[in-house]
Amino acid sequence: MWKWLHSYADPQRAYNLSGTLLPWFATLAIAFIGVGSVWGLLFAPVDYQQGDSYRIIFIHVPAASMSMSAYMAMATSAFIGLVWQIKSADWAAAAIAPIGAVVTFIALITGAAWGKPMWGTWWVWDARLTSELVLLFLYLGVISLYASFEDKVLAARAAGILAIVGVINIPIIKYSVEWWNSLHQPATIKITEKSSMAPEMLYPLLINIFGFGLMIGAITLVRFRAEILARNGMRPWVRELAKAEGVK
Amino acid sequence: MQFDSLTDFLNMGGYAFYVWLSYGITVFSLATLIFFSVRQKRKILIEISKKMQREERLKANRSNQ
Repeated sequence: MWKWLHSYADPQRAYNLSGTLLPWFATLAIAFIGVGSVWGLLFAPVDYQQGDSYRIIFIHVPAASMSMSAYMAMATSAFIGLVWQIKSADWAAAAIAPIGAVVTFIALITGAAWGKPMWGTWWVWDARLTSELVLLFLYLGVISLYASFEDKVLAARAAGILAIVGVINIPIIKYSVEWWNSLHQPATIKITEKSSMAPEMLYPLLINIFGFGLMIGAITLVRFRAEILARNGMRPWVRELAKAEGVK
Repeated sequence: MQFDSLTDFLNMGGYAFYVWLSYGITVFSLATLIFFSVRQKRKILIEISKKMQREERLKANRSNQ
């Protein structure tokens, strides 16, 4: 039933398909983040407690939630690469890792810049913040492991195992605000019940969350394509591309 | 529109530093990531083509002997 998927593991087809998808992801990402940010910064109402400082939410929450989604995507790819020996999946995992690290960094920095005026401190060692910092270190660990081996099959295996083991951290981040006392507030967006947030604030936030997802997808496609080329330098179709774009 | 003027907007109700710090760092780090990600492809292709030229030189030298 799913056999047709196998043909997309072929590097050349994966490269071409990513190239077709890339403009869609990029355009939609720019549109969504543009609309969400302008809406959030200019048109969303002022928060009655936090004033305009809450406008950080329109990047903080998308970055934080997508830092976890990107991790799950990376770990899933790594798992597929490890179990079914599909190299394209390993390359996808390697492509996502640096993006996840940057997005996690953004979540931490914007969280600190929001925490200072609202909590009175840039940083506290509480469960939510610490586990998100661990997520950053997991990403950095995956990146450095993948970079440490000349043999990229071995590198992907080592980095993949770390990525899969690190999944344990994701529910810890998610439920940290419920399991432990935390300065960090619990989730405002709920899927099963009514969100505790006014729709005029919620809509731009959801748009930006979606936009961040699309943006991560777009950058992943760019890096995935580059990774395919780097790992297939001996293939004739890559050499054709190199001849066309390389030094004359 | 929640703000009366551009100064009002930039002031962010007194939280200008924190709000613009957040947005500034976000834009800067994403721009850096995108710049290096997009540049990768060309760099890799140039590397491969250099390798191809090296191989051809080697082949040419071998046939000269």
